[in-house]
Amino acid sequence: MWQGFPLRPEQASTIARGIDHLYYFLTAVDLFFTALIFLTIFYLALRYRRRPGNEKPPKTRTLMPLELAWSIIPAILCGVMFTWSASLFVRNARPPRASTEIFVVGKQWMWKIQHAGGRSEIDELHVPLGEPIKLTMTSEDVIHDFFIPAFRVKKDVLPGRYTSIWFEATQVGKFHFFCAQYCGTDHSHMRGWVYVMTPTDYERWLSGAVPTQTMAQAGALLYEQYGCITCHGTGKGPPFIDLYGSNVKLDNGQTVVADDAYLRESILFPTAQIVAGYQPIMPTFKGQLNEDQVLNLIAYIKSLRTQERTSPQ
Amino acid sequence: MAEAHAPTAHAQHAPQGFIRKYIFSLDHKVIGKQYYFLALFSVFVGLLLSILMRWHLVWPDAHIPLLDKLSPVGAPGGLMTPEYYLSLMTMHGTIMIFFVLTTAPQSGFGNYFLPIQIGAEDMAFPRLNMLSFWVTLAALLTLLSSFFVSDGPPLAGWTAYPPLSAVGSVSGPGEGLGQDLWVISIALFCVGALLGALNFIATTLELRTRGMKLMRLPLTCWAWFITAIVGLLSFAVLFAAGVLLLLDRVGGTSFFVPAGLIVSDKILSNHSGGSPLLYQHLFWFFGHPEVYIAILPGMGITSHILSCFSRKPIFGYRAMTYSLMAIGFLSFTVWGHHMFVSGMSPYTAFAFSVMTMAIGVPSAIKTFNWLGTLWGGRLRLTTAMLFSIGFVSLFVSGGLSGLFLAQPPVDVNLHATYFVVGHFHLVMGVAAIFAMFGGTFYWFPKMFGRMMNETLGKIHFWLTFVGVYAIFMPMHYLGVEGNVRRYSTFIDDFMQPLLPVHKFMSIWAFIVGGAQLIFIFNLFWSMFKGEKAGINPWESTSLEWTVPSPPPHDNFAGKIPVVYHGPYEYGVPGAEKDYIMQDSPEVVAESH
Repeated sequence: MWQGFPLRPEQASTIARGIDHLYYFLTAVDLFFTALIFLTIFYLALRYRRRPGNEKPPKTRTLMPLELAWSIIPAILCGVMFTWSASLFVRNARPPRASTEIFVVGKQWMWKIQHAGGRSEIDELHVPLGEPIKLTMTSEDVIHDFFIPAFRVKKDVLPGRYTSIWFEATQVGKFHFFCAQYCGTDHSHMRGWVYVMTPTDYERWLSGAVPTQTMAQAGALLYEQYGCITCHGTGKGPPFIDLYGSNVKLDNGQTVVADDAYLRESILFPTAQIVAGYQPIMPTFKGQLNEDQVLNLIAYIKSLRTQERTSPQ
Repeated sequence: MAEAHAPTAHAQHAPQGFIRKYIFSLDHKVIGKQYYFLALFSVFVGLLLSILMRWHLVWPDAHIPLLDKLSPVGAPGGLMTPEYYLSLMTMHGTIMIFFVLTTAPQSGFGNYFLPIQIGAEDMAFPRLNMLSFWVTLAALLTLLSSFFVSDGPPLAGWTAYPPLSAVGSVSGPGEGLGQDLWVISIALFCVGALLGALNFIATTLELRTRGMKLMRLPLTCWAWFITAIVGLLSFAVLFAAGVLLLLDRVGGTSFFVPAGLIVSDKILSNHSGGSPLLYQHLFWFFGHPEVYIAILPGMGITSHILSCFSRKPIFGYRAMTYSLMAIGFLSFTVWGHHMFVSGMSPYTAFAFSVMTMAIGVPSAIKTFNWLGTLWGGRLRLTTAMLFSIGFVSLFVSGGLSGLFLAQPPVDVNLHATYFVVGHFHLVMGVAAIFAMFGGTFYWFPKMFGRMMNETLGKIHFWLTFVGVYAIFMPMHYLGVEGNVRRYSTFIDDFMQPLLPVHKFMSIWAFIVGGAQLIFIFNLFWSMFKGEKAGINPWESTSLEWTVPSPPPHDNFAGKIPVVYHGPYEYGVPGAEKDYIMQDSPEVVAESH
């Protein structure tokens, strides 16, 4: 019977165990206080029930030590929980440097997933075992949320910005993912499978499809088709070589890092941040490029790095 | 303080004629009852919607009788479309949060009893009071009218996150006129709530009778007063969010809608540059204090009833008032815990996490003080008392599960699952409703001059008490297992094994729903056939129990009381009886 009703979903990522430990600790604290308070209520309700001929209760005064005890003990417990959870959260928040990046675009009501090598899939996500994976996610329409219960990860997927989660799978197999942010009629159908494969199987899977272009190649094509080359290839606009991850000086004196979000904004809203020394003449590509194409362009710009540098977070 | 008792509209004769007396009345008691019955009607609509939802979730192929008559489009042949389910979900949440939990404990009981308990003849602004009720009623009718528009009631959820709620009918049925009506209804509700809050604050500060020092206020009045302040600050923000959302929908603005969205394969070219996260911040800046707007009056009512039926002073009166203030203040600093997965920096999350746990401390203080009140008392286990003890139990259960949601790494798992649904239903939904039941049984004799039936009351209590645990505790388990909320159907082999749990909950939902008919019967039967109530059937101390049941038009028939005692002088050694009324001039050496 209890096999049908497990205590927690499977643990299939490196962070799942640590989170479950905190979860079990909280459960223990909760059960203790629930038992304490419920038994007290029942005891008091029975022990001090009204009885005939015994109408006036003996005088009880407010006891300061008691008042302090039940203020301070919960406060200390909260402190312990906070410290534990904060340290866990910080540890889990940042993806490791060497993460493989995979791109996720949500729309009503499906998930489009693109691998850097060019392979893309719908409502399925193939990942290698034992390697940190970073999902960079955005939405074409309303807010969605990418939730993999077995990995204990979940993050909203918003239109107009990138969010990310990372995980490292510890178990070969098939795991559910769901949309967890209410997104309209077919919210309950917006789900799919994560396939965790051994690295060799994963390599085979990546190359198994009909050979397609990599994301960077697709981006290079867009670079020519949409005429980006006429300015960015001629010096009229800032060049792209080694742009990704570098510090960009803006004409308002600020310096920003050229990360995914910066590049996306510069493509869709060119006048938002003008690079120092250039004219604000670039037209907007909002409405002409969809989110997949923007990701391809970013991949192309990334590929123009002449030396490896640490990727910006 | 408040020595000079300002003459109000009530220092005159009672109005004659049915319409002035019962419909467009300026009398706070009539307005309080109007609010109460508005909430009573709403709670049954909301309950019916939830029962339909529970049916659809576990027996999606079973025809629901009469539903196709109600909505031929939404439920052809008695089977719900996904849109209709989601509309019911949206309407259930909206009706329950705004028109029940915000309305009955504060505007209903508060309107009726705040003036009497502080020794005033009416609220400070009787006309504003009437206006706030009628605006609230207009808001309710606006919301309900959306059931009858052509593309169906709104389905963006009670939180109405844009862009889903902002882009209009392009994103599906229910996002057109129905959603417009939803936003207008909420904006109207905010206006009513703001007017009410002003009135409560002014009344508490200005109209206390001679001797009614702040530290002699019953805890009910403290709770209503602090709730009014919280409401004033938070509904103003929701009003702004509502107006901006409406402008995005109909005015072509882009406060919340980013550029270049592609919805249903159409590019929305009329928006640019908005931020959906801005809405979430505005909404939850209101939304978390709203939880306390629902529960603080319940805490006041519970404290009042526990002390009376334990025949003991409330344990730690000062700690109770300070913890009310602390909760009211802290409620404005925790909204981010609704947004841990929205994409906030971990450091921001910590700030909200630590404040969320801080709010657990005054909540713990209140809980233990309630237990301290029971301790050593002479408990009279009336129905009102049972519901108040039940309130403590539900508040503890729901509050403790809140600890999980306060921890960002654990919340990331549980967010948007049934765990959250179970948590907030226990801690703010059912707990506040238990306070309403407690308040109803306690004050019914005063409001209607008759007693409610205790046997029926106790049957109703036990069925409801066991039932709500049977419904909402399994939800925590479902959430831990990863069952996402707001799904109209459970189709895959992840959700399917959990269906037996859902069926168990649905069956209990039907039982609890049915048990509420006992309450309704008891309420209306007792109104006409109940045993006649005296002035003070519960031997309570506060001022409403010094006047006839029901009280005369201006409450004190011109004899404004003077207050000599604190509100909870029960079991005072050396006193004549086992309690001292607040207006009794009796001096007892040991009295505190």
